[in-house]
Parts: sequence; C-alpha cells; structure tokens
Amino acid sequence: MNERTADESHLLTVNGLTVEYWTRRGKIRAVENASLTLDKQETLGVVGESGSGKSTLGMSLIRLVPYPGRIVSGDINLEGQNIRKMKDEEMRDIRGRRISYVFQDPMTSLNPVEKIKDHFVELIQTHEPKVSKAQALERANQLFRDVGIQQERINDYPHQLSGGMRQRVMIALALALNPSVIIADEPTTALDVVVQAKILDLLNTLRDRYGMALILITHDLSIVLQRSDKIIVMYAGRIVEYASSVDLYSSTQHPYSQGLLKSIPNIELLDQKLEAIEGSPPDLLNPPKGCRFWPRCSFAMPECRIEEPPLFETKKNHLVRCYLYKDETNDQ
Amino acid sequence: MILILLTMVFLLIRVLPGDPVMLHFEKNANPVAVEQMRHQLGLDKPLWQQYFDYLLGIFRGDLGLSMQDYSSVGQQIFSAFPATLELAIYSMIIAASLGIFLGVQASKAYNRPQDHVIRIFGIVTYAIPVFFLGMVLQLTLGIGLHWLPVGQRFNPTIGIPQSPWYVDLNTPFSTALIPSLFKITSVHLSTGLYTFDSLLEGNIFKFVESLRYLCLPSLTLGLVLSGVFIRLTRSNMFETLRLDFVTAARARGLRETRVTYGYALRNAFLPVLTMVGLQFAALLGGAVLTETTFSWPGLGRYIVDRINFRDYTAIQGAVIVFGLFVSIVSLAVDLLYAYLDPRIRL
Amino acid sequence: MKKPVRKRSSFSNQLLKIGSLSKRGLAGWLIIVGAILVIAIIVMTAVSPWIRPYDPIAINVGPILAPPSYQHLFGTNDLGQDVFSRVLSGGGVMLQVSLLSVIVCLAIGVPLGLFASYAGGVPDRVVGLVMDSLYAFPGLVLAIAIASTLGRGVINMALSIAVVYIPSYFRVIRSQVLSIKETSYIEAADAIGARNRTILSRYVLPNIVPSIVVVATVNFADAILTAAGLTFIGLGVPVTVPDWGLDLTSGRRLLTSGAWWVIGYPGLMIILLALGFTLMGEGLSELLNPRLEQ
Repeated sequence: MNERTADESHLLTVNGLTVEYWTRRGKIRAVENASLTLDKQETLGVVGESGSGKSTLGMSLIRLVPYPGRIVSGDINLEGQNIRKMKDEEMRDIRGRRISYVFQDPMTSLNPVEKIKDHFVELIQTHEPKVSKAQALERANQLFRDVGIQQERINDYPHQLSGGMRQRVMIALALALNPSVIIADEPTTALDVVVQAKILDLLNTLRDRYGMALILITHDLSIVLQRSDKIIVMYAGRIVEYASSVDLYSSTQHPYSQGLLKSIPNIELLDQKLEAIEGSPPDLLNPPKGCRFWPRCSFAMPECRIEEPPLFETKKNHLVRCYLYKDETNDQ
Repeated sequence: MILILLTMVFLLIRVLPGDPVMLHFEKNANPVAVEQMRHQLGLDKPLWQQYFDYLLGIFRGDLGLSMQDYSSVGQQIFSAFPATLELAIYSMIIAASLGIFLGVQASKAYNRPQDHVIRIFGIVTYAIPVFFLGMVLQLTLGIGLHWLPVGQRFNPTIGIPQSPWYVDLNTPFSTALIPSLFKITSVHLSTGLYTFDSLLEGNIFKFVESLRYLCLPSLTLGLVLSGVFIRLTRSNMFETLRLDFVTAARARGLRETRVTYGYALRNAFLPVLTMVGLQFAALLGGAVLTETTFSWPGLGRYIVDRINFRDYTAIQGAVIVFGLFVSIVSLAVDLLYAYLDPRIRL
Repeated sequence: MKKPVRKRSSFSNQLLKIGSLSKRGLAGWLIIVGAILVIAIIVMTAVSPWIRPYDPIAINVGPILAPPSYQHLFGTNDLGQDVFSRVLSGGGVMLQVSLLSVIVCLAIGVPLGLFASYAGGVPDRVVGLVMDSLYAFPGLVLAIAIASTLGRGVINMALSIAVVYIPSYFRVIRSQVLSIKETSYIEAADAIGARNRTILSRYVLPNIVPSIVVVATVNFADAILTAAGLTFIGLGVPVTVPDWGLDLTSGRRLLTSGAWWVIGYPGLMIILLALGFTLMGEGLSELLNPRLEQ
C-alpha cells in the first residue's frame, strides 16, 4: 500500500515542504523548506504574522492549499503514510477522520442552511457509512457534552448560536471521528478574550482525553507560550526558530522571536515599554536577497545580506536560522 | 406595465403605415370586400371605441376574429398554445440543466483547458441561428440516424394523449346554455401537454412517443439558450466555491460531489432562477423559429402561418398572448424568488 | 471665467491601450479574432462582385444539387445556382441590416437615454416604463410583428430590429448616467454654472462610450441572428438578392435529399459573422469592465 518511511517514530513528520502560489504576476513562495515533527499528545504552536505562511503550512498538511497554490516539494508523513503520494479518494477519507482542521471564523465555516445536527450526521455517515442516523446523533450528543454545549442547541442553525458556541461546534466536529491530529488555525481570533481562554483550555483538555496531537496556528505568541510543548516561529515563509516553548521563552535566539516576545504586554511589569518590530514583512514576489529578516534586524551583519542562513542547531532540539549562532551548532 | 404592452400592440397594428385591412388585401382590393371585412371585424369604429372593445375583449378572452375565415382567434390560439408551452418547458429544462452542469465543471477547472472549452462552447452555441441548428440536428440525428422524428408533434397513427377525465356536457341543461357551435358532448380535461396527458392516461407508449417527438426541437432550443446559464453558473460557482464553509466542508472530508452540489450550488441557485425568468422572452422568440423548422403546431408556427395569410387580427392576438405569457412567467418567478430567498424566510 | 479643466475620460485612456491589445491576455485575443472575422467577411462581401466565379442569382449555371466539385467549390442548389458565389455575396444584406439598425438605435436610443436619465422625474419614469415593457417582450416576436406590417426589404428589417434593441441601449445608458451623475466632478461642473448640454457632452458622454460600444457589438451580433430569423420566416429580402438567410430557408426543402452543402456553408457564414461580433463584444466588455479576480 503506502510506503513506510524511516521516521515511523513520530506521529507526523514534515520534511523540506515548499508551497508556492502561481499567480499571474509571478510565483510566490508561501512556505519554503519547512520541516517539523509532531508526536502523540503533543501541542505544536506555529507563530507568525499575516503572510508568514503559517496558514498555508497548515492547509498543506491536509492538501487543501487553495488555487493557485501548490505543494512543490517535500514530504509529509502521517503515521508513516506519505500524504503527498496518496490518491485523492484516500486523502478525502483522511480529512476529518485522521486529521481535522478547525478554521478561524466559525460563522463562515458552517453551512448556513443546515442544522447543526445535520452537520454531524453528514460527517459521520460519510466516513462511516454503516453508522445509523440515531447512532450518529448519539455520538454528537456525547461530543456536545465534551465541548460544553447544551444538548438542545443541536437542532439550531449556525446563525442562532453565539461565536463561542459555534467554535465549540467546530471543535466537536473536528473530534467526531477521533483523529490523530487536530490543526486549529487561529481558533480564537474571532472571539472575545474571555472566551478565548476557555476555548484554548478546552482544546488542551480534549487533547489529553482523546490522546491526539494538536497544532495551534496563531499570530499571538502569548497563546502558545503557555499551552504548547514546541513552537515554530515563521517569517516570510521560513521557519526561523524551532524550540520547545520553555526554551523559546527563556533563551529566545532569533531576533524576530525576540521582537515578538518583547511586544507581548506583561501585566507584572509596571514599566514595560512595548516594542514593536520596525518595518513590515517583505513582498514575497520579490524577496530580499539573503536572510529574509535582515532589513528589520538590529543585528544584521554583512553576510546576512548575501545568502540565507541555514538552520543551526544550537541545543538539542533548538533550531534557529540566524548567522549569529553559526558557531554554536551542536552538529555541523 | 401589461397595459402598456397591450396598448402598444394595439397601436402597432393600426397606427403603423398601412391600415390592417388594406394590408391584408394588398393591391387587388375590391372596395366592397374591404368594407365588409372592416365592418365584420369592427375596424370601422372610431379608434377610441376600438381600443375599449379591444381591452374588454382581452379581459373576456375574446381576441377577435381571423381575417382569413372569421373564426375565433382566441380558439385557435387556445389550441395551439399548449404545444408551445410544452416545448418551452422542456427546452428550458434542457438549457438550465446543461448550463448548470457545464458551468459547474467550468468553475472547478478554472482557467484550465476544460474551462476554456466550455466557455467557447457557450459563446458559439449562442451565435448559431436556432433554425440552422435545428436543420443540422434534423439532418444528423433525424435523417442520418433514422432515429428521431424531424417534424410534427406526435405519431399520426395513434391517438393523441388525453386524460381519462372528462366533463360530460350532454345534459339538457348544458346544451341549452352552450350554443351548439361545436356539437360537443363531452370535453376531455386534458392539459394539452402530451407528456403529461399520456401519463394521466396511463399510456406509457404514448408517453415515450411524445418524448421522442419533443427530443429534437427542445434539444435545439435548449442548446442555444444554455450559453447564458453556463456563464452565470460558472461565475457564481467560482465565488461560492471559494467561500469558507466550502473549504471547511472539504476539510471534514465530505465527498466532492456533495460539496459541489449540496453546499456550493444550493447557494448559487437563486440567481439561476431569476435568469430562467429573464430568458423566457428569448425562449419564446427562439420557439417561433424552432416550431417553424420542426413543423411543431404551436403558437410560433401559428404566427408564421398567419403572416403568410396576412391575417393581422390573428397576428395581433398571438402577439398579445406572447406578451401576456412572458409577463405571467416573470411574475411567477418574482414570487418564487421572494419565497425562496433565505433572507426573507430563514 | 476660467474654462473648467476637462477631465480625461477613461475611454481615451483605453483607446491608448488598443495598441497593446495582444498583450492584454485572453480579452485582447478575443477582440482580435473577432475583429478579423468581421473584417474578413466585410472585405469578402465587398470584393465579391470581382472574385466570384458565377453570378449568384443566375440559375442553372450548373447541374442541380451537385455536390462540391472543382467547378462549383461549394456545390449547387436546387435552382442550379452556385453556392460558392452565393456565399461570397450573401453577407451584404445582413451587414447592411445590422449596420442600419445599430445606427438607428444609436441615433434614437442614446439621446433618449441621456435625456431621460439626466432629466429624471416624470419623463424618466414614463420613458422607462415604455422601455421596460419593450425590453421584456420576446424580441423576435416583436420584430416579426413590426416587420409583418412594414413589409419586406432591408430598411424595414433594420427598423424592426432597431425597435427591439433600443431598450437595451436605453437601460445601459441610464444605469451608467445615473452612477456618473452622482460623482463629484459633475457637481463641480454644475457649481460653476456649466449648461446641462455642456455637461452631457463633455463629461458624461465620453465616460459612457465604452459601455455603448459593448452594447453595440452585441447588438450587431443579435441583429444578424434576428435578420436571419426574419428571412427564414419570409419577412426578409426578395429572392433577387443573394442572402445566406434565404439559402437556409430554401434549403429546408432539401433536407431529405441530403444535400448538406446548400445549407451548411451559408449557415457556417452566419455563425462566423455572429461569432465575430460576439467575440469582440466579449473581449471588449472584459477589457473595459474588468472582472474582479482573486
């Protein structure tokens, strides 16, 4: 059937993933040479500003990169299976069943003319045709309990629910078939602060209970610092830092990550000056030569402008794409 | 607005250069015959009185008398109308289904070869004269393949479909009331739509036959009209397919056909309905030519025949009916739209 | 008093772009191909008296219903006429009719539209109502009705068709004018006391020309098809004039004989001519009103 690669130990492995958008004005490399691993019951945070490629990275994991984008190179392996080589029908089966995706805006993600319960029945019966409608509803009710919505709401239409509730419905739909991985793309951006925390906690709770892995995509570093095990920082399509959340907080290495960290307000620091990172992200049609970040980097050195730095491994499992650390690598 | 329509048709026949009766007789006009006809048809009355009679007549369903044989225009139109209605319905079904299907295919293969081919197809079919396409189909599918009939509406060797229900008028009461112009003893309550009637009659053979005859004419008309639907569906679907809930549905692993038709199309459907209403006028225009090509005994062929006879009252009557037909359909579509619009209902 | 600065209309901007049509992607190609078709047919019809091998209305120049051969490239019809010559010369009627009807439509429809929409109020509503009723009516039926009273001939056909299409022009102009009417530079012109007529001709007109051009090209295509339809019904031109529509009409009788060339070639020409205009219309409309993409 499918090839089994060497990396069977990890739940999800991505190697050298490159995704381009082929537009009329030229090719845009939304993601370049991204690699990551994910294990069971791990939470991976993917942080970056708009246009950093984080959403594209997420979408490519389920092969739903929108036109005119396409995955140009790289490997994606889920539980040993090569996702890129799968046939369309196999991929369709995996979506929702082994990897689920939770979108940013729950209002526009649900079918406005369908009742919530129909969303569930349809989802379950598509993947498991032998399940009866009653059984499907049974499962839906159970999921509602898990995510904390009242049972009666299952008969409503999407527009009759509040934002927080809709997002819980999305999460319930994502859980319905017990996937191995859930990818949540900005799950709380469309919600208010109080609900945000609840949803994020919910995701982690469910992760433990169901034994899945979670990928949290967000622009907000503060969200993932507390709640994820590993963090990837993306800038202009590149992974610029890859570390455990503890390491990222205590020994932030890449100048961009440092900038992000400094821009998080900390309620305990009375005199804190919030610093924004000067400048704006590069135009991906004509990116600057060398390191993508050098125009905004206060540590920029001559070699930064010539060629892009590779990822240096400074500690075990702490990778950074910056010439500042080129001498600190563990292995060459 | 219907009033304006009717007024314009009225003026058309009378005010345009040429008095209708004179036009009818052309050059060899025997003045006595001219006066006689003029009097019979009420065309010698003052204009405003004619107008009044005209409107009143329409209200009562009286569309005047034919110049050819003084028979009731209304009656003739009434018997020709269902043929056109049936043709129109099936043609529109073909146009819309074909258009939607191709439009969906095109929108999914956006800017790729399949898309271009379909778009060109839509443009080209519009540029083909309806009657030419009709003749081509007659030649190829009809005569070439010996498969489909190329004219007429039904097999002349068997009786036309009629519903089994009828009203028996042969009671003393009714024969006294209704002038026995037609010597009818019973009236079959048939719709005049052969496909429908044959089902009512329970006769499958007649049903198949009526479809067989409908095939080429409605295919012709439907093909030519499909272009508009292709374009509309394509652009609508393109936008709808990019909406979030469609991507979310795919992310849940729902089947592509379900996503395309169940999710995206449902929302792109309403504009198509409006288009059906708008295209109806064009449909009728095309029907005139199609009926002529296929000798289909409908209103279109009626009007063409009447032109050859210079039967202006009949032409006037037919034009009125066409106009009314379009107005009623537009009204129906408007109502249906208001009913189906989720903003109003949901 | 200072002359008001004439705002450079978007149309003249676009005129400058015509030079680079081929670089304009699909839309540009559509226009080019369409224009080539149309011009080719016009030229062909114009020079036909000199290049056709036979007189198109002369009968019995060859055997009856002969298939295509070297002597008769497109074969002959049931009157022994050479189809090839008829094809070469047959476009004249349609071109004349469509040209004439477009001219009439422009001459009547444009001023009417401008007047009604700029004046507003009662005149606008009255004219609008009449136009809407006409517009809703099945075009061919209306043309038939008018042509049946007027009689045959090029001018009558053109008039019938023109009446049917004036409402389209009216609508387009009206919607364009209404949107422009509200823009500030019209108000500015008003404020400095420019006369209505000046405003109309110098500001409004140049900006609606693109839309008018698009409607006109579609009008051409429709006119050709309608003219063919009218001829088919018998309301066209007398048989002394070679016309593709006539060929189709008479060809009807010959279907069972399998002489496909009698209707095939003239029909093809009609399609090409209508297609030419349609492509131009498509390309122009895409060029001048670019669709939002991605």
